[in-house]
Amino acid sequence: MQRRIVSLWFPRLAAEHSLRARPVDAPFALSLFDRNSERLYDLCPRAESFGLNRGMTLVHARSFCPGLLTRPADPAADQRFLRLLARWATRYCPWVGLDGRNGLFLDITGSAHLLGGEEPLLDDIRARLARAGLTARLGLADTPGTAWALSRFAEGIAETGETLARIGPLPLSALRLSDQTCTSLERLGIATVSQLYNLPRATVARRYEPDVLRRLDQALGALPEQISPLGEEPGFAVRMTLPDPVGLLDDVMAAARRLTAHLCQRLDTAQKGARSLKLTFRRVDQENQAVELKLARPMRDPERILALFERGVSSVDAGYGIDMIRLEATEVEPLGMRQLDRTEGLEKDGLDDLITQLGNRVGLDNILRFQPVDSHIPERSFKLVPAAYSRPAQAWPANRPRPIRLFAPEPISGTGFEPPRRFRWRGRALTVFEAEGPERITPAWWDLDDSWAKGLRDYWRIATHQGQRLWLFHTPQHPAWFVQGEFG
Amino acid sequence: MSLNFSSVFPLKHARAHEVCGDSALSFAAITAGMTKGAVVWISEDWRPTVNPEGLAPYCDPGRLLLTRAANQLTALASAETALRSGAAGLVVAELSGTVGLTEGRRLQLAAEAGRTTAILLIPEGAGSNAAETRWRSTGIPAPSASTSGLTPAPRQNGHDSTHWRWSLIKNKIGTLSEWVVRWDAAAHRVIVVSEAGG
Repeated sequence: MQRRIVSLWFPRLAAEHSLRARPVDAPFALSLFDRNSERLYDLCPRAESFGLNRGMTLVHARSFCPGLLTRPADPAADQRFLRLLARWATRYCPWVGLDGRNGLFLDITGSAHLLGGEEPLLDDIRARLARAGLTARLGLADTPGTAWALSRFAEGIAETGETLARIGPLPLSALRLSDQTCTSLERLGIATVSQLYNLPRATVARRYEPDVLRRLDQALGALPEQISPLGEEPGFAVRMTLPDPVGLLDDVMAAARRLTAHLCQRLDTAQKGARSLKLTFRRVDQENQAVELKLARPMRDPERILALFERGVSSVDAGYGIDMIRLEATEVEPLGMRQLDRTEGLEKDGLDDLITQLGNRVGLDNILRFQPVDSHIPERSFKLVPAAYSRPAQAWPANRPRPIRLFAPEPISGTGFEPPRRFRWRGRALTVFEAEGPERITPAWWDLDDSWAKGLRDYWRIATHQGQRLWLFHTPQHPAWFVQGEFG
Repeated sequence: MSLNFSSVFPLKHARAHEVCGDSALSFAAITAGMTKGAVVWISEDWRPTVNPEGLAPYCDPGRLLLTRAANQLTALASAETALRSGAAGLVVAELSGTVGLTEGRRLQLAAEAGRTTAILLIPEGAGSNAAETRWRSTGIPAPSASTSGLTPAPRQNGHDSTHWRWSLIKNKIGTLSEWVVRWDAAAHRVIVVSEAGG
């Protein structure tokens, strides 16, 4: 069967992608920092009518068109959008490949009749893309090379056998040659593809890079050219439909056991571990019940995952029975094979499971670990990080004595530079019998923290007759006394 | 009346103990320093966290796994889970309300099942009868410094005069007593200064 290829070119992909999200009613362009200045990356037809073009500096463009609206370009997002379009294009044929930054190749061999022929197929593509707000240029030919040339230079269909006739009058750049090669060929008076075709091959091969003949042969079908379809993202979801509804916990867990084993095998093949799982039960009355499990670290051990699911599953209301169970790994992370060593026992795994169990009760973000921070400000000398996403701190730096509990400063009455002998704090009258200090801590000048707005602090450790051991401070720049911590 | 301190401290393993008083936190920190493995420290989320630098003299703050619970019920349930799993070396729960007999008993059973010790930091008089022991820990003026008067004078020697009165106010398997203890940072252990209560 003769191959038929559609080349789909989006001449304004980046600009239209941006405008789809937030339309504007003004000349519009995207800018990107390139070669030491902000340059136009892509623009809309209205901006082009002011004489702007791609690669122009933004300052220059603004002098032509003062009302120009710009946004920063995001090539990575455009690339993601193009992959999305490639996925969309599989509605026409199963074989879709990317073509540079703003094009697609569709191998529609044997699938054009599904939409009533080639002409209606192109019309359908064009109409749907227009509805999505995308300009598209289409070319259809026997080879990717010719289809590419048609989409860029002469939109339309080249029937089988008339490839040379259609591509012949097109300029040399329709052959995907570099500008430099095109220019040097044009200097010889070779301006179109047919002129190049009529030259003796030996001389061209001798004088020019091999690309020239290769591209020509590819366009005319003498050399094959592959289209690489995008790989399918592996999905980590399994499901089981039951012939009869079940409702007993043991039955449900038995089904879940099979699903977990299957899913873990899949994860194993892909060398991944699940970080978050969702077990959905569909009841006979079409109601869905889901149990979510967030794991403290990526895992693909079916027995352990199952044990962690137990608590959630026991709270599921089975109603009249469950007839479909679906298990999905909603978040996966790479997890390679790991060699066990002799010292690594079950204890560490146990702790991870404990974090998971607690995390499913209070939320994984509420299981925290302390990590030291290099700061002399007492309340900033540590930070709390979620335990599931961190390792324990190795060494804790030694410091001066610090209270076991720190709280927001609470004012007390007191004057002078030495701690007050008697004061009231939290409704209790306290008498000081011992004080040690001062330890002066200066706020960081670069840090505009309101709680340190009163300037430097002189910290005192005091002990009271009533038994409290407190951490007081005095702010000499705005005289006042505060309690900030308890030694316990 | 001669209850030996070493027979009740370190706390009996795989049981739930209760601590109240102003210095309950340091009691928990010292106990944490005597155990091995992770310390699951459960507290309600409105409470400021403990200060790791303040814990550092007694136990390594890197071992702590802080669990922030929304209310006391969640805190108790988390404590039970942690005790039963047996993966932690010690479970500390800071509670703000009364611990009922049912909750106390459940924790006790979980501690025995998971072979893990639990310390419940409770408000004064809020304990349950199920606890193995209950302690009251308060700071007291060091005996040497107590008479010299009220004048706050900066101390020169930096000697830590932290003394605590640890009163055993409930003991399931023995008599009650109290001791004055201090922390010996160099030896990293608790030293009994006097058998104050007798």
